[in-house]
Amino acid sequence: MAWWIWIIIAVAAILVLWIIGAYNGLIGLRNIVKNAWAQIDVQLKRRYDLIPNLVETVKGYAKHEREVFENVTKARNMAQQASSAGAGERGKLEGELGMALGRLLAVAEAYPELKANQNFLALQEELTSTENKISFSRQFYNDSVLNLNNKIQMFPSNVIANMFNFKLGEFFEVTVEAERQAPKVSFS
Amino acid sequence: MWEQIRSNQVRSVILLGLIAGILLAVGYFIGLIFFESAIGGLVIALVVWAIMSLVAYFQGDSILLSMAGARKVGPSDAPRLYNVVEEMKIASGLEKMPDVYVIDDPALNAFATGRDPTKASVAITTGLLQKLNRDELQGVIGHEISHIKNRDVLLMAITSVMLGTIVILAWYASRVLIFGGMAGGNRRSSSSSSGGGGAQVIILIVGLVLMILAPIMAQFIYYAISRKREYLADASSALYTRYPEGLASALEKIGASTHQLKKANQATAPMYIANPLNKEGRKLSDLTSTHPPISERIKILRAMAGGVSFTDYNSAYSQVHGRGGVLSKATIGAVGAVGMRQASPSAPGEMALSEKAARSREVSDMMLKMDKYRIVDCPCGVKWKVPPGYKEDNIYCTRCGRTIQL
Repeated sequence: MAWWIWIIIAVAAILVLWIIGAYNGLIGLRNIVKNAWAQIDVQLKRRYDLIPNLVETVKGYAKHEREVFENVTKARNMAQQASSAGAGERGKLEGELGMALGRLLAVAEAYPELKANQNFLALQEELTSTENKISFSRQFYNDSVLNLNNKIQMFPSNVIANMFNFKLGEFFEVTVEAERQAPKVSFS
Repeated sequence: MWEQIRSNQVRSVILLGLIAGILLAVGYFIGLIFFESAIGGLVIALVVWAIMSLVAYFQGDSILLSMAGARKVGPSDAPRLYNVVEEMKIASGLEKMPDVYVIDDPALNAFATGRDPTKASVAITTGLLQKLNRDELQGVIGHEISHIKNRDVLLMAITSVMLGTIVILAWYASRVLIFGGMAGGNRRSSSSSSGGGGAQVIILIVGLVLMILAPIMAQFIYYAISRKREYLADASSALYTRYPEGLASALEKIGASTHQLKKANQATAPMYIANPLNKEGRKLSDLTSTHPPISERIKILRAMAGGVSFTDYNSAYSQVHGRGGVLSKATIGAVGAVGMRQASPSAPGEMALSEKAARSREVSDMMLKMDKYRIVDCPCGVKWKVPPGYKEDNIYCTRCGRTIQL
């Protein structure tokens, strides 16, 4: 065989290897995004589970704050029902739930006896940590989406992405402006 | 994020290659001098290295943890610590939750170990646990988790094993050369031809110089790798927590402490958050330390105004040093601009007295649980700590007068 056939074969082999590598890289990134999304879900569910407990505990000390309890419970149920919606819609509802929770904990501030309750303190630690975990998993999800989108849009991997019809990931945005400014829960 | 970690390894791997080169050179000259053939020496060097590597790979983390006197804790023993580790695990995207260990020591330090990200552990001293608020603890744990995530533990283990092999081989070879060299040298030069004798002498001299210099050079490279990884871990911690001030003020507390860690040594030093051996403040420590000076790390973290991405860390580094950055281009490229978050309102500055009390209570409860005490909650809010030898099946609460069943 002529020497140029070998060169063509070599180039074709390199090309095929590169396509395989790029395709697998994209699949890997997409799986990381999926997994990161599942992580957010786990933490949000944990927050739903903590809320009834927290409301009960606070109720025992602060009987007159009915409106606050109702708001939290309502926001929780709405967020839970929307759990199959897209990232944009969920972000909005979860943001509202975060705000309602913030108000509940602000109310708790006014009751020193409540703040000395062991059960409340333990719940408070769990809730603080869950809030953190939610924002960290959201952070990681957004980082992963950024990586995936970069790969899908940048040359040369965008060729492969178009060929196999990879879709851009959706960022999990916090749409409630107030929540963005004060996402943390204060206890001390 | 995965690719840039790999590409950032490139520099460290080049340094690692240098150490490997020194190891091979030592083996080569040992072969030339003692066996008249380079192969024999190379084989000896590789065999010693392989044995030490195997031990380090399979036993490394358990040896480390038991040497440090660390004890494993669960989510109910130390809820805050466990939660923070889990938070950082999520932020870094680590696949598996690392084991959490506590070291009974008033010194302020923490370290990470484990040969790969799925089999890793984080350990922290009780002293540090007691001193830090939540933001600071997050910064420290973020630093340790990034050692795991960036596979620094494995890299430093490989490097230190190579360093150890070089030191051992060079030590024995130089002793033999110095004390037995005269007789051997004479015999050899008389048996070889006049031209060969000259070559022998040159090999002997080069070999001797190498045996003396090799361990020193290897040590410097080792320190250089270690310091590089510390900067990267600081930068990653800032990125994970979105809050560099947390790590900065934790480092400030660590730097101000005068306690020396009781159970630390050369081998374990690079994995700690701050060098457990050297005392801070010496400028000499620049080249012969596993860690960059604490004051400098704090300065860089505090200079990261406005953003927490690797780019921000890098420009903060060059601002503090007046020269180029510390992270490679590939590392910086991938994550774009990232904003910083605000402090948790639980005050990064002055800790409220009640919070301090709660913190030390948490630690002392944990210590008691480790000593097999049972902790019983009375409905009136008092926590009774029941010692392991307690025989009765109920206790009387002196505060509210209730009798609590155990």
